[in-house]
Amino acid sequence: MAALVDTLLQRSLDDLIKSLRSQPTLESSIISRSISEIRREIRSTNPLTKSTALQKLSYLSSLHFLDISWSSFHSLELLPSPSFTFKRLAYLSASLSFHPSSDLLLLATNQLRKDLSPSSPSPVISLALDFLSLTASPDLARDLTPEIHSLLSSPNPSIRTKATATALRIFTRYPDSVRVAFKRLVDNIDSSAAIGVFCELSASDPKPYLPLAPDFYRLLVGSKNNWILIKVLKIFARLAPLEPRLARRIVDPVCEHLRRSNAKSLVLECARTVALSLADYDEAVRLVVEKVGEFLASEDDANLRYLGLHVLSMLGPRHSWAVEMNKELVIKSLCDPDANIRREALLLIMEMLFESNVVDISILLVSFASKSMPNPEFCNDILEAVLSACGRNVYELVMDFDWYVGLLGQMSRNPHCAKGDEIERQLVDIGLRVKDVRPELVCIARDLLIDPTLLGNSSIHRILSAAAWVSGEYAEFSRNPLELLEALLQPRTNLLPTSVSAVYIQAVFKVLTFCFCSYFERLESGHMLSSLGNPIAGTGCQEESDASTVVFGKGDNAAVGNLNNTGAIGCKPDSLSGSVNLDEQFTHASVLRMLNLIETAMVPLSNWGVVEIQDRALSVLCLIHMLQRFQVWNRDEEGLRKDGRVSEFANLMAGVFNQELGPVSANSQKRVSVPDGLILKENLADLTAVIGEEVNVSVSASTSFFHRKHHNGETGEETKILTESTSLLSEHRKRHELYYLPAGKDEAQSNDYPPANDPQLPVSQCGASEDLVELDDQPLLSRHRKPTKPRPVVVKLDDVDVRENSAPESTVDLKDDLLSGAVCDVLLGNEDNKPTKTQKKSAKSQRRKKDRPTYVEPASASQLRESGNLVHVELGSSSSKISRHGHSKEKQSSSQGIEDNEDGSQKNLTNSQHHYRKHKHRQDRDALPNLLPQTPVIQDFLL
Amino acid sequence: MGIRFVLLVNKQGQTRLAQYYEYLTLDERRALEGEIVRKCLARTEHQCSFVEHRNYKVVYRRYASLFFLVGVDNDENELAILEFIHLLVETMDRHFGNVCELDIMFHLEKAHFMLEEMVMNGCIVETNKQNILTPIQLMDKTS
Repeated sequence: MAALVDTLLQRSLDDLIKSLRSQPTLESSIISRSISEIRREIRSTNPLTKSTALQKLSYLSSLHFLDISWSSFHSLELLPSPSFTFKRLAYLSASLSFHPSSDLLLLATNQLRKDLSPSSPSPVISLALDFLSLTASPDLARDLTPEIHSLLSSPNPSIRTKATATALRIFTRYPDSVRVAFKRLVDNIDSSAAIGVFCELSASDPKPYLPLAPDFYRLLVGSKNNWILIKVLKIFARLAPLEPRLARRIVDPVCEHLRRSNAKSLVLECARTVALSLADYDEAVRLVVEKVGEFLASEDDANLRYLGLHVLSMLGPRHSWAVEMNKELVIKSLCDPDANIRREALLLIMEMLFESNVVDISILLVSFASKSMPNPEFCNDILEAVLSACGRNVYELVMDFDWYVGLLGQMSRNPHCAKGDEIERQLVDIGLRVKDVRPELVCIARDLLIDPTLLGNSSIHRILSAAAWVSGEYAEFSRNPLELLEALLQPRTNLLPTSVSAVYIQAVFKVLTFCFCSYFERLESGHMLSSLGNPIAGTGCQEESDASTVVFGKGDNAAVGNLNNTGAIGCKPDSLSGSVNLDEQFTHASVLRMLNLIETAMVPLSNWGVVEIQDRALSVLCLIHMLQRFQVWNRDEEGLRKDGRVSEFANLMAGVFNQELGPVSANSQKRVSVPDGLILKENLADLTAVIGEEVNVSVSASTSFFHRKHHNGETGEETKILTESTSLLSEHRKRHELYYLPAGKDEAQSNDYPPANDPQLPVSQCGASEDLVELDDQPLLSRHRKPTKPRPVVVKLDDVDVRENSAPESTVDLKDDLLSGAVCDVLLGNEDNKPTKTQKKSAKSQRRKKDRPTYVEPASASQLRESGNLVHVELGSSSSKISRHGHSKEKQSSSQGIEDNEDGSQKNLTNSQHHYRKHKHRQDRDALPNLLPQTPVIQDFLL
Repeated sequence: MGIRFVLLVNKQGQTRLAQYYEYLTLDERRALEGEIVRKCLARTEHQCSFVEHRNYKVVYRRYASLFFLVGVDNDENELAILEFIHLLVETMDRHFGNVCELDIMFHLEKAHFMLEEMVMNGCIVETNKQNILTPIQLMDKTS
C-alpha cells in the first residue's frame, strides 16, 4: 500500500526540473529535500518508483555535482529488469555512479554476460557494451572477454562497431585478452571504430602494429571517410619513423590528400603528419608550407591562424626557411587579439632562435614588450621566453654578453616586469661565470641603482638586490665608487625589503673597503702629488677635512642624534659625484667625506629591528670606527702614509674580499672525500637516549635571543646563559667523547675539503677548456653570423648544468608493455613461416586456445592444480566481500552467492587458463627479441 | 584516449550535460568544469576555439546560448573535433527540431544516449546521423 502511495505521489524528473527552474534561489534546499525523497523511493520494490528515483539522481549528479556513489547498488538491482526503459536508466545511472575500482562491479558480471549474449535484443547488447566500455575493471574485462570476442563478429554492424570500441577498454585493462580477440579486431579494420582503436593502441607503443601497415595503406589510398583518413594518418605518423621505407611509400598519397582535399581537418592532419614524420621529403614540406601560408593568411578565422602557427612550429627548427617565408605573418600574430595565438607565435619565434639572430629577435621582443603592451601578462610571457631562451644551457646562444647584460637592464625598466627573480639570478650568475663582462655589468648595475624611481617598484627589488651585490663584489670596475655609495645609501632605500637592504649594506661594506684600499695603494705609490696640481681642490679638501674632524670628534654621540640626518644625505653629495677619473676621486678629503657619509647612514640602521640589517650595519660602523682610531686622519696625507699601522690595516682589509666567488656546482658536495674514521651510515639511534636529558637545557639556551635594543641592560645575564650552555656542552663532550670528532684534527681536515668553486679543480678546468675547444672546432654554420668579438669564457662546472633540460628517458609502463607484447605475438606469431621451437609451441597453443576457449591443455595439469588452490583462496575472499556488501538485502546476497559459486567453477577454468597463458606469455616475450628482426612481414608490401 | 570528456554549458556557466570517458572524482570534476568554463566563456567570437588546459586541449564552440566543450588529447585534430561538435548539434537538431537548452535538460537521458552512439571510450564510432538516431527512434516507438 505504501509503495502504491509512493508511486502515485512521486515527483517525476520533469517536476523536479520545473521546481528547480522556478525558484533558482532555493536550489540547495530543493535539492536536499528531493534527495531525502529519493533515498526513500529508491528502496521501493516497484521498478517504476525506483527507476524514477534513479533518473532524478542521475540528473542531479550530472548537473549539480551530487555524490551518488551510494546509489550504485540500487542501479544494480534494476539492471535485470525486463523493461528496456528501466534497463537503460539503470545502466546510465550505474555508469555515472560507479567507481572503476568498486567491488560492486563484480556483482554486475552475470547480468552483463546475460545482456551481452548474442541472443539478447541488439539495443540491450549495445547498452551493456556502452556500460562496459566506460567502466570495465581488469576483473570484468577478464571475465567478459569471450563475450566481446563473439560480438566482434556479430552480423549487426552497429553491434560490431560497439564491440570494437569496447575491445579497446578490454585490451588495456586485461592485456591477455588480445590473444583471444585481436584477430577479429583486425577483421573489422575498415570501420571507423576499429581505426580509432588502433590509433589509441599505437599511441603508447606503435611498433607491434607495423605488420598491419598494408591494411592501413589500403585505407589511406582507398577510404573516402575523412574521419578514418585522419586516424590512419595519425597511425602512419607514428609508424613511419620506425620504418624508413614506409615513409617513402606514404609520401605520395599524403601529398595527394594535401592537394585534393577540401576538408581543412584532413589538410591539417596531412600537414602534421608531414611535419612529424616526413620532414625529409622536400616536396611534401613545400606543399605543407604553402597550405600553412593559406592558414596564416585567413583573416577571418582565428582557428586556422592558430593551427597554422602550430604546424609551423612543428616544422620549425628543421626547416627554418618555412618560418622565414611567413615571418611577417608570424610577427603580426604577436599583436593578435587572441592571447592563445599570441602565445603560439611567441613559442614559434623562440624556437627559431639561433646565435645569428638572437640579438635582433631579443631586441625586437623586449622593445615590443615595453612599448605597446596593453596586457602585462603577455609582456611577462615575452620576457620570460627571452630570459629562458638566452639562459638556456648556460647562455649557449649569447655571444656578446655586454649586449645581453644591457638587455637585462632594459627588461628591468619595463614597468610591467614581474620576472625579477630570474633577472636577479641571471645578473649574479653572469657576474660569477663571465669574467669579461664584469665592467659592463657594474655599469648596468650602477644605472639601475642610481635611479630613485626604480626603488618604488616592488617587483624589481630583487633585481636591485642583484645590482647591489654585483657592484659591491666587483667594485674595482666601478667608474665612480663614491657615486655608487651615494646610490646605495640614498634615502629611498628605506622602501626596500629587509633582505635586499642587507645586501645593500654588505655592498656598502665592500665598496668602502675597496675605496679605502685603493686610496692607500695610491698613497704608497706616491701618486698623491697629483692632487696638489689643483690648488682649488686642495683648499676645498682642507675645509672639508676640518668639517669631518668635527664629526669624528663627536664620536658616539652622533649615534644618538643622527636619525634625522639621513634625509640630508641625498642632497649633500652632489659635489662628490662630479669627478670621473678614479685617481682624482680618492683624495684625502673625498675619502673622509665618504666615511662620514656612510657613518651617518649606518648609525640609524644599527638600531634597526631586524638582525640581518643590524648585524651588517654594525660591522660597517665597526670598520669606520677602527679607521677613526688612526689619529693621523686629522693630520695630512703624508703622515698617513708614514704610519705603518695604517698600511698594514689596509693590506689586511684588502685581503678580506679578494677571494673570488664563483658558481657552485651541484656535484661539489659529492667530491668531498669522507675523512678516515668518519662513519656516516652508522646508526645513531642510541644517541637520542644519551642526550635526551640535556636536550631541553641546550635548546632553551640556544633559543634565548635578545634584541639589540634591550641588549645593554641584560648583557650580564646573556653572557651568563652563554657560559652556562658552553659549559654544558663541554661537559657533554667530556662524557660522550666518542661521538665527537677529534678536536685537534678538525682544522687540519677542513683544509682537505676542496673549495666548491676552486678554479684549479681538474674537473671544472677541463670542463671549461672543453667548452672552448668545442667552440673553436665548431664550424659556424652558414646561418650563424660570425660574431664581431670573440665570445668570452663562460665558466661551466661540469655537465650538470648542461644536462638539466635533456629529456628524461621514456619509460613504457608495464601494462603497455604487456599489451604490445601480446599484440606482437598475435600479429607476428601467426604469420611466421618458420617459427623456432618456442614460437611454434606458442603459436600452436594460441590456435588451440582460440578454437576451444575453455579447453585446458593436459600438459599443464600440474599448473592447474597449483592455480586451483589459488582460485579457492580468491573465491573465499570474493564471497566474503559479497556478504559484506549484501547485508541490507540478505535474500539477494545469498542467491548471488550461489551464482557466484557457479561462476567460481567457471572462473576456476578461466583463471587457471589465465595463469597458464601468463606463463606462456612470459616465454613468448623472451623469444620476442629474436623474433622481431627475423620476420620482415611488411617487406613485400614495401618493395 | 582521444576524447576525454564532452560538456554542454550554458551562458551562465551551468553544466547542462557532462560525459566523462575517464573516471574523475566529484571534486576533480567540479574544479575542472569551473576552470575551463571560466576560461572558455571569457573568450570572444574573434578568438580561436582552442584552449590549452593542464595537459590537454579543450575545443569548444558556441551555438546560441549553449557552449559545447570537448576535452581532447594534445595530438587530437582540433578541426575534426569541431566537426564532431557540429555533427552532434545537427543530430540533436534533427531529433528535437531546433534544439535548445531546455530540450537537453528535460531529455538528458536521450542526449546521453545519442552521445553514446557517437562516442565510446573516447573514440568516435559513428558519424552517420541516421545511424545515430535509429536506436533512439526505435526506443521512442516502443515506449
